[in-house]
Parts: sequence; C-alpha cells; structure tokens
Amino acid sequence: MTTGTLTAGRTRFRLPRKQIPVLATLALLLVMYGIGVSQYTAFSNVQVIFNVFIDNGFLLVVAVGMTFVILTGGIDLSVGSVVAMTAMVSAALLQDGMPAALVLVIALLIGPTLGLLMGCVIHFFEIQPFIVTLAGMFFARGMCTFISGASIPITDGFWTSMSQERIGDPRGNFVSISVLIAFVVVVIAAYTLAYTRLGRNVYAIGGNPQSALLMGLPVGRTRIAVYTISGLCSAIGGILLSFYTLSGAPLIAVGMELDVIAAVVIGGTVLTGGAGYVFGTVLGVLVLGVIQTLITFDGSLNSWWTKIVIGGLLFAFILLQRLIGIRYK
Amino acid sequence: MNDTMSRYRTMTGHRLFWPAAVLFVMLAANTIYRPGFLSIELKDGHLYGTPIDILRLSAPLILVALGMTLVISTGGIDLSVGSLCAISGAIACMYISKQPDQNSVGVVVTALAMAMGVSLVLGAWNGVLVAVIGIQPIIATLILMVAGRGLAQLITEGQIITINSEPYRAIGLGHALTLPLAIFIALAAALLVAAFTRRTALGMIIESVGGNAVASRLAGIRSGRVIFLAYVISAACAAVAGFMMTANVSSADGNAAGLWVELDAILAVVIGGTSLAGGRFFLSGTIIGALIIQTLTTTVYAMDISPQTSLLFKAVVVIAVCLIQAPAFRARFSRRRRSAPPPAAIADKPKEQVPA
Repeated sequence: MTTGTLTAGRTRFRLPRKQIPVLATLALLLVMYGIGVSQYTAFSNVQVIFNVFIDNGFLLVVAVGMTFVILTGGIDLSVGSVVAMTAMVSAALLQDGMPAALVLVIALLIGPTLGLLMGCVIHFFEIQPFIVTLAGMFFARGMCTFISGASIPITDGFWTSMSQERIGDPRGNFVSISVLIAFVVVVIAAYTLAYTRLGRNVYAIGGNPQSALLMGLPVGRTRIAVYTISGLCSAIGGILLSFYTLSGAPLIAVGMELDVIAAVVIGGTVLTGGAGYVFGTVLGVLVLGVIQTLITFDGSLNSWWTKIVIGGLLFAFILLQRLIGIRYK
Repeated sequence: MNDTMSRYRTMTGHRLFWPAAVLFVMLAANTIYRPGFLSIELKDGHLYGTPIDILRLSAPLILVALGMTLVISTGGIDLSVGSLCAISGAIACMYISKQPDQNSVGVVVTALAMAMGVSLVLGAWNGVLVAVIGIQPIIATLILMVAGRGLAQLITEGQIITINSEPYRAIGLGHALTLPLAIFIALAAALLVAAFTRRTALGMIIESVGGNAVASRLAGIRSGRVIFLAYVISAACAAVAGFMMTANVSSADGNAAGLWVELDAILAVVIGGTSLAGGRFFLSGTIIGALIIQTLTTTVYAMDISPQTSLLFKAVVVIAVCLIQAPAFRARFSRRRRSAPPPAAIADKPKEQVPA
C-alpha cells in the first residue's frame, strides 16, 4: 500500500528517472534545431526535417534492431556489414535478371538467417556476443567483395520507382517510400517491446538474466530472437539503402555499426541492458541526422567535425546516465 | 593406454595447444601449397622471406594486442586503440613534415615524444572514464574510437601527410642484426610487459582485479589505479604501433591508419586464450594469436584472393578457434565423441585448469 502511494506520488511530482535520458535527448534535439533555425533561414523549411528522415531512414531501421539487442545487454557488430551484404546481394541478383519480388524475399531472408545463427552460437556455446557478431561482421563484409569487387548499379523498374516515388503535399515537401517503411518498422518495434510477451522478456533479460531464468522466462529463445530481429532490421535497412543509392557497393556502410550504437546510446538506452525505448532511438538517429545537416549548412566545418561532435555527445549522455544513477553493472 | 590418453588430454588441455596447432596447420598448409613458403634467404646482409615478412607485419598488431591483453584482463576492453594509432602517427608525421631537416634524429625523437605524450594523455582519459567515473569500458573507449578518428583527421586536416625522413622510416622498415627493426621493437615491448607483469606482483594484481574488482579492493588492492594503468599502457602500445604503421608507408592518413586494428587485437587476445570476461591473461597466447591473424592475411594475399575477401577466412578461423576454446562446445563435443559419462568430464575440468 505505502509503496504504491509513494510511487504514484513520485510519478506525479517528479520526472521518472528512467525517462530523463530520453527527455534530455529530446531537449538537445530541439535546441539543435533551434540553433539551426536561428542561424540559417532555409533551415526552417519543413523539407529539411524530411530530408533528415530520407537520408537516415535505413539507419533508423537498423538502430531499432540494435535497440532490441542492446536491451538484452548484448551487442551486434555485424549490422553494417549485413546492410552492405543485403544491398550487394539484391544488386547482383537483379543484374542477373531475377524478378524483383523474389530478390526482395531472398534479400530479406539473409539477415535474419545470419542473425539466427549468431544468436544460436551466442546462446548454445556461451561465446561473447562481441566476438560472435565480430565474426559475423567479417563474414558479411567478406561475402560482399566475394560477390563483386566493384559496385553494381541497379536498373530494375521496381527499385527505381521505389527510389523516385515522392509522397507529399503539393507545395513540394515530400518523403520517400523508405521513410514510410522505416516508420512502420519503428511502430511495430515499439509495440512489440511495450505490449508483447517477447518485449517484456527482452527487458527482463536485460535487467538480470539470472532472475529471468529463475522466473521461468525463455531466456535462450528470447536471446536468439533479438539477434534474429536485429538481422531482419539490418536486411530491411540494406534494402532501403539500395533504394536510396540504387546500387550495391562492397564498401558501403563501413563503420555504420558505430553510428548505430551511438544513436541507441544517445537515445537513452543503457548498454548493460534493461532500460531504454524505441522512441529514444528515433530521437538518437534524429540527433545524428541534425548534426550532419548543421555541419552541411555551415559549410566551413569539415566532415570530421561530425565524428568529434558525436564523440562529445556520447560522452555527455553517458555521463548523464551515470549521474542520474541508472544502474551499471 | 590410459597413460597416453591422459598425456594426450593434458596436452590438448594446455591453453596454448589449440592456438599453436592452428598456427602450425596454417603454416603447413602454406608450405604444401607453395613449397618455397618457409625459405629464408640472406640479401645485402638482411634476411628475407615470407616468415620474416609475417613477423615484421605482425609487429604493430602484437604491440596493440599486448596492451589490449592487460586491459581485457582487468575485465575491460579498449576500442580506441585504432584511433590512437592514427592520432599518434598523425602527430608525429605532422611535426616532422613541418621541420626543415626531416632526417635529423633530434626532430624524429621530439616528434615521437610529442605523439607519445598525447597518446598517454588520451589513455589516461580512457582510464579516468572507466576507473574513476565508472563508465562501462566498451562505451568509454567507444567515445574516443569515434571522436579519435575525427581528431586524427583534424590534425592532418583531412590530407594524407607524406614525409621523407630516414630515421622515422627505420621504425617500420629498418634492419638490425639482419632482422627487421620492427620485430625487435615488438619483442622488446613483449619482454618489458612480461617482465613487469610476471616478475613483479603487477600481473597477479591485474588478474585479481579482473577476476573481481570489488573483492580485490577489499583485499587491499587499489583496483582503480590498476585499471587506470592498464588503459595508459594500452595507449602507449597503440602509439608505438601507430609510429610503425605510418613509418611503413612514410605517410599519415587519419582515416585509414590503424583501421580495424582494435578488432584484430581483440581477436588475437581471445584466440590466445584470455577470456573477455577478465581474469587470467596469457601474453604468449596473445602473440601467437597475432601471428595467426597475420599468417592468415599473408596466406590469403599469396593465394591471389582480394584482401577484402580475406575477411571471410578470418570469420571462419575466429569462429573455429572460439568454438574450440568454448567450454560449452568442448563439453558437447567430447560427450558426443566418447561415450564417457558426463560426470567424468566435469570432474576432469578443474584438474586441467589448476595447473594451466
């Protein structure tokens, strides 16, 4: 009784601790956008925001998958390579004249299959996720160059129409189909995490795997599932990237896993697992996108400033999580 | 019969057996594929040959992996070493390129000292984040991994800085006693680290901190300082490796120098038998691990396969070595192979581990 009223009182009068990182990210995003608008007149154009989504749609999808993995306390380093491999396989198969629908199915199966295998190795042989997914990263990147050493253009009708289709209002502001797909993925992921048994299991395992096991939760199954989900998201991300670039290149998305992990952390997900939201990840991706846009608008700053700023933000957010006392193991 | 069986078991149970076996198999396969593989010849007073090349090229990786071994042993991980290599190389090359006389030894020594100083500061930054503020190591060093690349590009202003300095070039390509100098640098670093960790209590202290930081602190060890020290040593090793990498090509590229070396180094450490969870560490295993990785790369080059595709082979070797070493996999495998009852296998385990 007493604890019940206490927690109720707390949520009414104080910000819930768990949501402070997400709110801080939101504040940061608004401040950055405000700076942009005050400095550059063209920044207030709605299309600027739409462009952030168009340019980062694939990153968003991959980051959502990574959120699942990080929530269980794991990590998936293979995402960037899987994205590249998916784009590469689609480009190669389309070049051979395979019908687009079949290519989509095959491309979407590769990621989850690799994720499932990695999840099984992690669970059954108790090897650290870091090493297993590192091997997965090497494998997928190696497969890319194995398929072709050079970039393959995509000329397929379905792909080009997906790439060029503009959905928007008559004034000229538009989004691409990729953005809609990314939104669908985000909504499904948010629903899964918040309202399904799988989602609650993910949080429970991230909180404490031992307790989760003792409670009788399917730890193994869930752990394998999150790596499969991450693989699926990477595959979708790869398809979106191939829509965006209309090609498959062996060295595309190198180092993307770092951007994804940074986005998830900036979005308030704790790396030891157990706390975080898909909504936070969306904000994290937006923060990265707005930084890039700001640096592009400025013109005098070079691209490497992006990395330095992202590093600085990572530091600030981790310090924040530390200060408000979210549990670290 | 029983005696040979148990001797076989102790041998395969030895921590260096599987890594060494993998290295041996790779060398043997190479020799079969290309009979001249192991031949070494003397030219102009220097030894040449593929084995020498493998040793020379693996020197930077050995250096980085040595530092990484200590960090991993404390239960941490250092993802920033690749960026540190790029930063140290960039600073040294930048300073040398600005001097009128690039061949002066004094200039090179100043450049090395400056770059080493900055690297130590960055290593201390990592150490403070992990040991004082208590941030999870993988994230604390991820900050510098991302931002460090940017810093290196900032130092070189996005250009590839080419230098023409004989003394600096010698770090990567020079010779001493018929062997490449790089081998001696790596060897010296390995002996230094081994002497400090195995001839003093430092090694055991590091292992105890990695095993249980809180318990070690209660036992009177200043865990924080030990962890801090490990990150600083790792940064110093990375800096020297950075000098070697840039000296090899006489230029500093903020973007490409030391790219993915952190992953190779972590692999070398894991292949060498040190657990990522921390605790016991094996320097000799790490060196064998680094040699395995370099041999694999050289093999793939020799077989005319594109360097990127070599990642495929790397993936296979990584998984194979990790599976062989994983207790869960071994238990499954041995249970299936022999019809020995499982309790026997469990009873054997602690026995194998105690002397190892």
